[in-house]
Amino acid sequence: MIDVLNAIVALLNYVIIPATAYGSQLALGALGVTLIYGILRFSNFAHGDTMAFGTMATILITWVLQAMGVTFGVLPTALLALPFGIVITALMVLGTDRVVYSYYRRVKAKPIVLVMASIGVMFVLNGIVRLIIGPGDQRFTDGERFIFNARDFKEWSGLAEGMAFKTTQGITIVTAALVVAALFWFLNRTRTGKSMRAYSDNEDLALLSGINPERVVMITWIIVAALATIAGTLYGLDKSFKPFTYFQLLLPIFASAIVGGLGSPLGAIAGGFIIAFSEVFVTYAWKKVVTYLVPEPLEPSGLLQLLGTDYKFAVSFAILVIVLLFRPTGLFKGKSV
Amino acid sequence: MKKLLLATAATSLVASGALADNHASDVKFGVLLGFTGPIESLTPMMGDSAELALAEINDSGNFLEGVTLSAVRGDTTCVDAAAATAAAEQLLSDGAVAIVGAACSGASTAVLANVAMPNGVPMISPSSTSPALSTAEDNGLFFRTAPSDARQGEVLAQVLSDKGVSSVAVTYTNNDYGKGFSDAFAASFESMGGSITTTVPHEDGKGDYSAEVGALASAGGEALVVLGYADQGGKGVIQSSLDSGAFDTFVMGDGMYADSLLADLGGDMDGSYGTVPWSEGEGADAFKAITEAAGINGESSFTRESYDAAALLALAAMKGGAATSEAIAANVMDVANAPGEPILPGELGKALEILADGGDVDYVGATNVELVGPGEAAGSYREYVIEGAGYETVTFR
Repeated sequence: MIDVLNAIVALLNYVIIPATAYGSQLALGALGVTLIYGILRFSNFAHGDTMAFGTMATILITWVLQAMGVTFGVLPTALLALPFGIVITALMVLGTDRVVYSYYRRVKAKPIVLVMASIGVMFVLNGIVRLIIGPGDQRFTDGERFIFNARDFKEWSGLAEGMAFKTTQGITIVTAALVVAALFWFLNRTRTGKSMRAYSDNEDLALLSGINPERVVMITWIIVAALATIAGTLYGLDKSFKPFTYFQLLLPIFASAIVGGLGSPLGAIAGGFIIAFSEVFVTYAWKKVVTYLVPEPLEPSGLLQLLGTDYKFAVSFAILVIVLLFRPTGLFKGKSV
Repeated sequence: MKKLLLATAATSLVASGALADNHASDVKFGVLLGFTGPIESLTPMMGDSAELALAEINDSGNFLEGVTLSAVRGDTTCVDAAAATAAAEQLLSDGAVAIVGAACSGASTAVLANVAMPNGVPMISPSSTSPALSTAEDNGLFFRTAPSDARQGEVLAQVLSDKGVSSVAVTYTNNDYGKGFSDAFAASFESMGGSITTTVPHEDGKGDYSAEVGALASAGGEALVVLGYADQGGKGVIQSSLDSGAFDTFVMGDGMYADSLLADLGGDMDGSYGTVPWSEGEGADAFKAITEAAGINGESSFTRESYDAAALLALAAMKGGAATSEAIAANVMDVANAPGEPILPGELGKALEILADGGDVDYVGATNVELVGPGEAAGSYREYVIEGAGYETVTFR
């Protein structure tokens, strides 16, 4: 019995908890991508760097707050700075839209042109973020680090295996759930949300029924800025902030959005968790868990690892390719890519 | 037209005569470093330090019957083997008899195989640490004042063995440095009776290392050996291990030595330990004094090694009695190692006098030079332990 508990705790500690936190971060990122795709109809390659920009803004405000002696008790100060970060990022993306994308919308450019423009925006943001905060690592977490840590858990439970639950992981999961709930309520229950979905489903019909397209676009950008800033800040709190890492996040985020079905918010969330869990599950060495569960003579001598951890990105892309081959619209019937 | 031709011919005759005269009294050493490319921030100081040694030789006036040394610089670009080869060939056609360089391991390998060996020109690299260069065919022409990572692998294994640690998990940064270091460490540690539960490479620049840490934790071990970079994946793996309680003790290679690591993870890392190449003592102090006097930044990485490389070439020429490639190649090991009078930075003039009188020198230099095996620095390493969020020196190895 104790062995079974140990196995469960080991599994929770090394697989379930990290993958759930990572999955939440990917899901929030993928939601942003999928909203842009559904409503503005292009793949926004600048999303990773929008996240970096939002996180940077939040970090700068956090530093100001910390310098003023403001803290948030056991929670990270960055949560207080988050609304300011969102406002700054929203202004930035609205500015970009005014300067770059609105022109291409007006001339009814093909989606691929907008994609290329977004790559340009990506490089510019890349540079701006590095200019302002530098290319290095920034840590901005404060407050209590753990809800409970591995050592305390061992003492409390008397088990051989420890389990840690970081404050940032808890915040990530809770915030992601709240944000997703709010977003769905907004899209399904409010007038503006409904007009956004109408615009996404059929642009011409929406225009005929008197929906103001510029307003829809503006609201979309603001929501995307909020999602990107929240996702980026949670990710930075949980790991650390480094502009280059955010650029690299673009790939798993797009994989999540496409697996779930581009344009489908529900799909983006499912996709985020599928990518995160498969990365960790397939490359996890199951020796520890299995050793607890099977009788001694059957104990494995090898590591019971399906694939080396070097291949974890290959896992997400294998899933991506399989989905595109057999179900191009994604699991939740998004728009075909 | 005829007159013009005649005039040019005459001029060139005179010019080449002048050049020939020049050759007799001026000997050139190539300073072949990656002046552009990934390590361009380090190489200017390295070049300055090498040239400082040559200036010191010239100022003493004791070198080979009034022969003076001068440096010609070449740029390897660090990453492009073809560019490195071309730069080295250019140096030779400029008349260089020996080379200080190259800086990057890849450039050194290319220059050694394509230029140094065919032309019989000796080279001393101040900063190539790849273990592969220890076994590269070199006809006795390649030396380095930087220690091989293979050596550090041995030292690190010895540290673990001395502490009675018998089983560890290893993670390394997935590049030539990490792989070479990890292989060297594994070979030494296993020959000392230790066992390695698993070896997991990690990619730099990723944000999430929970998969790597999961695999490492499952394999277990008394400590986690981290052979990566302090501002890259190495730190990510350590942080993730600390968070999940997978490991408490970390054993680190030179790439992990950074104040920033302690600033971020400090208190949690107490009791972890590692090694880092370190020079201390009279040599390092003397080098600091002369670089300060000359207005050169001598605190930068590999400046000491660069000074030592240039000094060794000059002393070897003096020992051999001729500033030729053959004489230098034959005598580098002799002047670098005991027996003989120990020579510190700033004492090159004295060394030249001793050699002129037929004596023997043991060049100590800024990095306690001791060339072992195939002509590479034994290297002195500092074993440190982290206590109270700071680095404490345990011993030097």
